[in-house]
Amino acid sequence: MNRYPWWKYAILAIALLVGLVYTLPNFFGEAPAVQVSSAKATLKVDSALVPRIEQVLQQAGARADFVQFEGTSVKARFPDTDTQLKAKDAIGRALNADPNDPSYIVALNLVSRSPVWLAHLRALPMFLGLDLRGGVHFLMQVDMKSALAKKAEGVTGDVRTLLRDKNIRHAGITRNGNIVDVRFRDAATLQQALAMLADQQPDLQWDQRSEGGDFILSGSLKPQAARAVQEAALKQNITTLHNRVNELGVSEPVIQQQGLDRVVVQLPGVQDTAKAKDIIGRTATLEMRLVDDSAEAAAAAVGTGPVPFGTERYVERGGAPIIVKRQVILTGDDLSDAQPGFDSQTQEPIVLLTVNAKGARIIKDVSRENIGKRMAILLFEKGKGEVVTAPVIRSELGSRFQISGRMTPQEATDTALLLRAGSLAAPMEIIEERTIGPSLGKENIAKGFDSVIYGFAAIAAFMCLYYLLFGLFSTLALALNLLLLVAVLSMLQATLTLPGIAAVALTLGMAIDANVLINERVREELRNGSSPQSAISAGYERAFATILDSNVTTLIAGLALLAFGSGPVRGFAVVHVLGILTSMFSAVMFSRGLVNLWYGRQKKLKAVSIGQVWKPNAEPAAKA
Amino acid sequence: MEFFRIHRDIPFMRHALVFNIISALTFLAAVFFLATRGLHLSIEFTGGTVIEVAYAQTADIGKTRATVEAMGFGEAQVQNFGTSRDVLVRLPLRSKDGGSAKQADLVDRVFDALCKAESGQVFRESESGQARIYCAGAAGQPATLTLKRNEFVGPQVGKELAEDGVKALIFVVIGIMAYLAVRFEWKFSVAAIVANLHDVVIILGFFAFFQWEFSLSVLAAVLAVLGYSVNESVVIFDRIREAFRRFRKMTTHEVIDHAITSTMSRTIITHGCTQMMVLSMLLFGGPTLHYFAVALTIGILFGIYSSVFVAAAIAMWLGVKREDLVKGPVKESDPNDPNAGAVV
Repeated sequence: MNRYPWWKYAILAIALLVGLVYTLPNFFGEAPAVQVSSAKATLKVDSALVPRIEQVLQQAGARADFVQFEGTSVKARFPDTDTQLKAKDAIGRALNADPNDPSYIVALNLVSRSPVWLAHLRALPMFLGLDLRGGVHFLMQVDMKSALAKKAEGVTGDVRTLLRDKNIRHAGITRNGNIVDVRFRDAATLQQALAMLADQQPDLQWDQRSEGGDFILSGSLKPQAARAVQEAALKQNITTLHNRVNELGVSEPVIQQQGLDRVVVQLPGVQDTAKAKDIIGRTATLEMRLVDDSAEAAAAAVGTGPVPFGTERYVERGGAPIIVKRQVILTGDDLSDAQPGFDSQTQEPIVLLTVNAKGARIIKDVSRENIGKRMAILLFEKGKGEVVTAPVIRSELGSRFQISGRMTPQEATDTALLLRAGSLAAPMEIIEERTIGPSLGKENIAKGFDSVIYGFAAIAAFMCLYYLLFGLFSTLALALNLLLLVAVLSMLQATLTLPGIAAVALTLGMAIDANVLINERVREELRNGSSPQSAISAGYERAFATILDSNVTTLIAGLALLAFGSGPVRGFAVVHVLGILTSMFSAVMFSRGLVNLWYGRQKKLKAVSIGQVWKPNAEPAAKA
Repeated sequence: MEFFRIHRDIPFMRHALVFNIISALTFLAAVFFLATRGLHLSIEFTGGTVIEVAYAQTADIGKTRATVEAMGFGEAQVQNFGTSRDVLVRLPLRSKDGGSAKQADLVDRVFDALCKAESGQVFRESESGQARIYCAGAAGQPATLTLKRNEFVGPQVGKELAEDGVKALIFVVIGIMAYLAVRFEWKFSVAAIVANLHDVVIILGFFAFFQWEFSLSVLAAVLAVLGYSVNESVVIFDRIREAFRRFRKMTTHEVIDHAITSTMSRTIITHGCTQMMVLSMLLFGGPTLHYFAVALTIGILFGIYSSVFVAAAIAMWLGVKREDLVKGPVKESDPNDPNAGAVV
């Protein structure tokens, strides 16, 4: 009765194997590496850089373990720090033609030393939180009120333009917080305007009222439109932050949305909060200017003549120099949106631009007079400008226009992102800041590790003494629990923090409960005179209901922490919940498997090694 | 080895009243201290700035305190953290100062001042992955003072954390009650939750009495303990149900006594094991995990007490009957009739 079918053993074996493989990378430690990422918002690192770096390394005689593209950067791992430094210099020289204006950030970094085949299985070491590796953490609050106000301001301008275009006479447009009030002299005009506006401004909700002889139409953003504005603002801020943080050359920055209006920025390895804040708080600006197409300008661009008066020389993304007039047509403040899309007729990838009312007026005039000429869009960062794109003006432009031509969908997306990346959609404020020194991180790892190991050893020693062989099985089950937990954490790449390690310890301490319950039950069955085989089977069966009940209650607490917790509590809860789940598997199924393997085949089993089983009626003589 | 050689069921329930009075008194004391002293909340809840620095030699707390107080940031707390060389400086949030950006710069200013007091200058080293900020007599000399960690929490965050904590507690209470009500009976779920909430209040009472720092990780510990000690009640309730089924002649009293006695061994061993782990955290986990482990220790000890002596007793006062748990057609028969249930 105590035999498992072969497939159950197979499941156990697979779990053990998977657990081992995914736990393995955590033991290899870290190796020196060089990380190459983009220093400019206009430059994107992709896998095409890999062969280039490989070639540079080969020429420099620095042998890398591997060079690979990961996310937004290329990493090369080296056997020792000497090679690493040599490689860093070589790559830096080869990629950055001008050291004062680097296009790529070449930074030293550490990556896991685990063999390549493990990395191919996506078996990576656990992702350590900032409190374990040191770094800076910011929690930033996005000022959504100002994002909405900005939108309302844009809408006010749009409404004014619309009414003028349609020749509807109004008696003034005012913005009151997020509400746009349009005054009319008579009800008929109001109705006419309402019909037009409801059609043209689908994001707005219009209400009518009359006040002292005036008829007022007040428009407010519909809730879903307001939500969309907030989401877009948050997304844009995150994108902008990404671009800025990239420049810090941080190996693995975390920039995440938290809640509806907050952004978490974590920069591992960074200590200087002042510099980090400086970079995060910086603004890039966007400008639209006309391109000078004259013969002198063409000569200046090639470098054979002087730059004509009133113009400047910039480099277009991709490398070609271009001569641009100094006069600014529009700035990034006038650009309300830039989205990638497809042309409705040619199906070509395009970038759709939307400018506000003031911008629309200006661009209408400028474009009418300059059809056939080129307009450059420049992005200024750190005082240096770069031309993102310089399309030809084909016709008179309005408040919405598009840039098209020779773009892949990816390029369109990148350009749209760059155009939006100029500034933050809404101001942000740091509401939480944490810096953890690297030594403290190492201390925390050591302390957390010690807690788990000594606690585990104490439990193992006690279980083996008290329950003998069954105790050993329980200990093995607990060890598997630890193994699976580490494997699952590595697999999910969940962030491990010090509270997370505490959760590992606590979960193991709690998980042994299941085995104690089982062992006590088996002893009890033996005490009541069952045969060893039936005692084992009854013990496991009866204990299971209790184990299930008690784990569900613990799970409820864990889920509550997960749902409502933030920061350290979340780190604790993730591990806790995962640990409860793995413990159900290891404590019940795995320990039973071991017991079955050991005792299951013995038909005439006389005794099991579960420690002394004391029977009250075995010593009545002494009492009587 | 077998620790527990219990000959017959221990009559716990005979003393139920005494136990309940004891726990009622502890509970009231805890509430009293919570009300009068309040919790010493960490800056995660109150907002403010924490700076942890490590001196090369044993820190002169008095000097550090004088330096920080001279800067006039209001009620600053300066204390050792873990070792005699590590010092923790806590600065309150000042609303009159306006923007939190200013508040965030505090760290740099305080560290500069501390460094000056040691007659050194601040260095910022930023080798990849090994960046650190320290204070030394001159470049290249060993650091006399190192910035280990700092934390700034704005006023917006703290209030939310407290709210979320309460929400989590409510969720746990409702979730566990609902589960127990389905699995057992409403009387048990009420008993279990009352018993275990009383644990939570007692843990908080301890933190209020000793003015230990109540941080987010302590909150996590408290909620984890709540889930954990409900386990204990569940195991006993399971036994009560089983005993009701098996021993039809026993009174409710006897059934509860039997259930507690027969799970005694498991209760002590399980909690002993968990406590060993927690003890290991207390000994090796360092100052960060200290209060987390303390909260767990109190929780585990009172968890045993409340599950054994309080939960079952409350269930008894609420009038648990065999019929509540043994579902199905229960025959109307005299439990003392030896022929009851016999079918020919």
